[in-house]
Amino acid sequence: MKNAVDIVKLNKIYRNGFRALENINLSIKKGDFFAFLGPNGAGKSTVIGIMSSLVRITSGKVSVFGKDIQDNPDFAKRNIGLVPQEYNLNQFIPIQEIMINVAGYFGINKHDAKYRASKLFHQLGIWEKRFDTPRELSGGMKRRLMIARALIHKPKILILDEPTAGVDTELRLTMWDFFQEINNNGVTIILTTHYLEEAERLCKNLAIIHKGSIIQNSSMDEVYNLRKEHTYIIKTANIINQKLNISEFSHKLIDAHTIEVTVDNNISITQIIEKLKYLDVNVMNIISKRNRLEELFMELTKEEPIT
Amino acid sequence: MNVSWMIAYQTIVKKEFVRFARIWIQTILPSVITIFLYITIFGNFIGDRIGNIKNFSYVDYIIPGLILMPIITNSYMNVVGSFYSSRFQKSCEELLVAPVPNWVILLGYISGGVLRAFVVSIAVYFVTTLFTKMPIHNIYFVILITFLTAFLFSTAGFINAAYAKSFDDINIVPTFILAPLTYLGGTFYSIDALPQIWQDISLVNPIAYIVSSYRYAFLGLEETNILLAVLIIVTFIIILFIIALIILAKGIGIKN
Ligand SMILES: Nc1ncnc2c1ncn2[C@@H]1O[C@H](COP(=O)(O)OP(=O)(O)OP(=O)(O)O)[C@@H](O)[C@H]1O
Ligand SMILES: [Mg+2]
Repeated sequence: MKNAVDIVKLNKIYRNGFRALENINLSIKKGDFFAFLGPNGAGKSTVIGIMSSLVRITSGKVSVFGKDIQDNPDFAKRNIGLVPQEYNLNQFIPIQEIMINVAGYFGINKHDAKYRASKLFHQLGIWEKRFDTPRELSGGMKRRLMIARALIHKPKILILDEPTAGVDTELRLTMWDFFQEINNNGVTIILTTHYLEEAERLCKNLAIIHKGSIIQNSSMDEVYNLRKEHTYIIKTANIINQKLNISEFSHKLIDAHTIEVTVDNNISITQIIEKLKYLDVNVMNIISKRNRLEELFMELTKEEPIT
Repeated sequence: MNVSWMIAYQTIVKKEFVRFARIWIQTILPSVITIFLYITIFGNFIGDRIGNIKNFSYVDYIIPGLILMPIITNSYMNVVGSFYSSRFQKSCEELLVAPVPNWVILLGYISGGVLRAFVVSIAVYFVTTLFTKMPIHNIYFVILITFLTAFLFSTAGFINAAYAKSFDDINIVPTFILAPLTYLGGTFYSIDALPQIWQDISLVNPIAYIVSSYRYAFLGLEETNILLAVLIIVTFIIILFIIALIILAKGIGIKN
């Protein structure tokens, strides 16, 4: 089966001479929910811009479903829907008209466009705003509008560049369900986000880009197995005022009701609880200090100390 | 043109039309008021003292040029304004991520400018009929020159918009290039009445050719070789159109 996206030896040097991407290789499977992660300025939007024909390639090759995007730009464009990081909405056009216009650029007639727009607006909860212009929408509504706009031509690949930035918790959860549903319907999704739990929750595979290079590309499961240790924060029922006598794992006391333990990956939570119980410590609550993706991310992208 | 491109083209043109129609007070009305003032002042107050030029009353003599001025500025301003603001708001990305060929994008914007030029010129023409019943020598030629002129300056406006770095940049060309060329292009006087040096300078002013062919279309007055004039306009169109296509292909002003 052809990959949704193949990136081979991709380089990007901006007009001002800045080298944003260095020999990027990346493959995204058809049907994947792919997390594209990295710190600010790493080059995520640059890669996304190239995939969606907004940024020119300096050298290298990008293919969509096996076809080179420079040789077949229209094929790539028909297959990709883009939700950009920054608002790129005409502020003066009512949003239903924006949808009809964009559909028109894809060769979709007004009748079909109106039907599709109404369906998407209902799904995304902005139907009531259809006669308003983007100026009259809140930030979260504008995001939803951009999501609706990206889907008007029924693309097989949806690229989301920080779609949940500035979105409240409730809306974020509904957006997650929405993305999940689209993905279940066979649409490949590429998601960029700084909320790692979002990536962890939704994505099957991931890549981490740092300073223009890919430093990690694996499945989410591999990330879980990658790290040898894991740290938990444990709340206890009884007061702990001295270090416990444990040899199986290291621990430190945070306060009278809180211990932080770091264990090997092969030790289960049950084992930790049992061990503590044996020492007469009653566990009330146990949580991961950081999620694993976050730990990996921090480790991979941490700045070298200046020497 | 395949069906998809046709729909894309119509969408752009319609969007452009709705844009200038929605803000008609800024886009249509000023030209109407201006021509009203011009005809009142030059045509009536001053024209009476000037008398006839080449057997036409002064007001009739200047009207073709007076209609041409808003055609030039409106077609130019429509495209430069619309395209620059779509760059500024980044909404031009909607077109760039869609499978629309560059020439369709370009033709769409130009058509918007041409459309506005026609709307304005018709409005302006009606104003002139309040003052004088001027004959139209050749209506087809009027339409042709209106179309070619609007096409030319729409294309020029597009190029300007691609290079503009701020809203101020879109007024530079109209103020410092188009206005002088128009005023020196023989709108208010007959070029062959000028001293030789100014006649020579006018030879390289493309707007002078347009004014005289437009005057021919309305009055039947042949001041230059009309065929040559049309040829010159068409040549300019071809050159600018190619430049605009290169700009789009290179992504100047629109792609990083
Ligand atoms: N048009 C441009 N001209 C020059 N340099 C640019 C341009 N756009 C981006 N860059 C640079 O390229 C690098 C990567 O930028 P990019 O927008 O791809 O980062 P990002 O990973 O999306 O970051 P963020 O998470 O902050 O959105 C940055 O150092 C940025 O300054
Ligand atoms: Mg970004």
